[in-house]
Amino acid sequence: MNPQKENTKTSTPKPKRKKIQFSKLYPDFLIDRDWDKCIKCKICIRECTYEAHGWDKKRETLTEDHVKCVGCHRCEAMCPTGAITIKKHPSAFREHDTWKPWFIKNVYKQADTGGVLLAATGCAIPFRNYWDHLVLDACQVTNPPIDPLREPMELRTYLGPKPDKLEVTLEDDKFQLQTKVGPWIKLEVPIMFAAMSYGAISLHVHQGLARAAKELGILYNTGEGGLHASLYKYGSNTIVQCASGRFGLHVDYLNAGVAIEIKIGQGAKPGIGGHLPGEKVTEEISKTRMIPVGSDAISPAPHHDIYSIEDLRGLIYALKEATEYKKLVFVKIAAVHNAPAIASGIVRAGADVVVLDGLRGGTGAAPTMFRDYVGIPIELALAAVDERLRQEGIRNQASLVVSGGIRCSADVVKAIALGADAVYIGTPALIAVGCTMCGHCFTGKCPWGIATNNPELIKRLDPETAFEKIYNLVHGWAHEIQELLGAMGLNSIESLRGNRDKLRAVGLNEVELKILGVKHAGE
Amino acid sequence: MAFEIDAKDLHYRELNKLIRKAIAEGHKHLVLKNINGQRYIAAGVSAEVDIDIYGVPGLDLGAFMRGPRIRVHGNTQDGAGNTMDDGKIIVEGMAGDVVGYAMRGGKIFVASDVGYRVGIHMKAYMDKVPVIVIGGKAGDFLGEYMAGGVIILLGMYSRYPERPIAGIFLGTGMHGGVIYVREGVPETQLGAALQIEDLDEEDEKVLRKHLEEYCQDLGYNLEEILATKFVKIRPQTHRPYGKLYAY
Repeated sequence: MNPQKENTKTSTPKPKRKKIQFSKLYPDFLIDRDWDKCIKCKICIRECTYEAHGWDKKRETLTEDHVKCVGCHRCEAMCPTGAITIKKHPSAFREHDTWKPWFIKNVYKQADTGGVLLAATGCAIPFRNYWDHLVLDACQVTNPPIDPLREPMELRTYLGPKPDKLEVTLEDDKFQLQTKVGPWIKLEVPIMFAAMSYGAISLHVHQGLARAAKELGILYNTGEGGLHASLYKYGSNTIVQCASGRFGLHVDYLNAGVAIEIKIGQGAKPGIGGHLPGEKVTEEISKTRMIPVGSDAISPAPHHDIYSIEDLRGLIYALKEATEYKKLVFVKIAAVHNAPAIASGIVRAGADVVVLDGLRGGTGAAPTMFRDYVGIPIELALAAVDERLRQEGIRNQASLVVSGGIRCSADVVKAIALGADAVYIGTPALIAVGCTMCGHCFTGKCPWGIATNNPELIKRLDPETAFEKIYNLVHGWAHEIQELLGAMGLNSIESLRGNRDKLRAVGLNEVELKILGVKHAGE
Repeated sequence: MAFEIDAKDLHYRELNKLIRKAIAEGHKHLVLKNINGQRYIAAGVSAEVDIDIYGVPGLDLGAFMRGPRIRVHGNTQDGAGNTMDDGKIIVEGMAGDVVGYAMRGGKIFVASDVGYRVGIHMKAYMDKVPVIVIGGKAGDFLGEYMAGGVIILLGMYSRYPERPIAGIFLGTGMHGGVIYVREGVPETQLGAALQIEDLDEEDEKVLRKHLEEYCQDLGYNLEEILATKFVKIRPQTHRPYGKLYAY
């Protein structure tokens, strides 16, 4: 018998070792409370869903737990006396250009949990942003600019295959179009709202997006979470999505919109599926997704009925047959190395619209490594795909829609000059309704009532406000686009499409210029 | 009276137009003759109608459909019942790959073997419980990502006596629903994180109910099928990704 073993048996059990959590030691933000201004109304406690503010009963005072602060600024915005400022926490690690605090803290998180790093928003790595290296042309002296306030300016865009040629006959002194065209989707502004599922964002945001799309004459996208019963009335401004999980996908849903988008991939997480955690599957979500309350809604990485371009054609035509060829079929892929070849396959498979989502595309939840390092920037992918489709002579057979990192109307104009028919915006629409990009959408605790379906939290953003803000944003952008076009001497967005001569690059190398197909400034 | 369509040399687009027209005209029983690989038959059809198919239907038979009862007098190709919502597909022979992908309701009864990736991501909601019964054997990935519903695998009426009852990776990523297998399945064929159990009284009832209907539709002997023990395969957890992330 081992005496030592005997000994341990009889000794008193050791107290349970307290596990140290390194990730909880170093806060990202500092909650700075001005005690002269604070009236101890406790609104900050009520507003903070992450419990960063507390109340010390004994001392009758407010407390702060800086580690819990995600930097959403809700308390700061709601404090009636302006006593709170959220600052970057001054606690610093020794400066080191390789081991930045971001990496140190991520290692702590994984050492504490053994988990996969999760993040939201889009790629946070400062890869070169090509939009910021492209400038637009304007008329001077030799050709006059156009003022959109006094002359007509056309932003209308039609999505869908355009015929190779038009046949026109002259009958009784009237021209008659003989070629059968369409169905097409008419957009009054070449901007659409990107797929964000009901589940990822609140019903109120969806209602706001749908109404704004209707008023603006554009489209919004349901994402893959199905369509809430209250939104069927916006059908003519709706794209429904068919993703690998096929949630809430039935005949009524397929017929509800004007287009069906097959989601193959997403710029924020190319090559992986997604899942809505059981915590977010509430009663209402469960009805729309048609899955039990509290169960994980898992979307497999691929569609398991699509392993090839031929299979993709199978699904495109299954959807067309099921909806009697009344709907356009979009196919959305993440922008990856081989995007041009894949896009060519998608067009040949019969898609009406190809959607490219770039490296900087947003998300409510993606593994950080995918968000930051998988995929390529949309500017390069767009230029390469447009060029490839032109070379193959099939560019007219499908429209091209891009997304992933569009931040302002000039980005939209540059995208169209590079060859896009229209863009999708997601993140700007969320920022328009108050998002501060704190990047914690996946917790379901969004204090701004955007990326949550907690019945109490969604009250913080009503559908009316959501509609107004989103409408205003696109309204403003549309006018800016008109001004930019006018300055270039163009009176129609159609004249800008693929017109790369209107672009010049500043500070790009020859390879980049070649891929983008633009000249350097000064040339 | 049955309304007959001769599908010889018809493209699927024309064929489906004729099917929709006949249904709109009020026909309740359609007979499709000389079917030879036409895709998407009755895809997206939302109606209570009986369709008898003679020949071999192509890809995605009854995809997205809600209501029709289809009987295939022969084999069918891949994708039968893809994302089907309600109704029934009876296949008197074999069915190809991806049968009942993401199916949310209705029934698919196959007399003999099925291919790969059958019943992937089936899901159930409230009273809608999709059911697939396979008389023969199944290929790899049966019931992968399964989120709900019932798959019953008999392995009795197979053309491949040398093969195991199911291919590998059965039930990989399964997080809901149940798979009943007659006689059981070798452990080598199973995905991870599954539980194999004996049937309880409730299971026996469910099994008998579906098999009674299956035997009625395909003329098999219920008692012969039930003479051997079944095992039940279900996921260990409904939240496979519950503890995956760090933040």
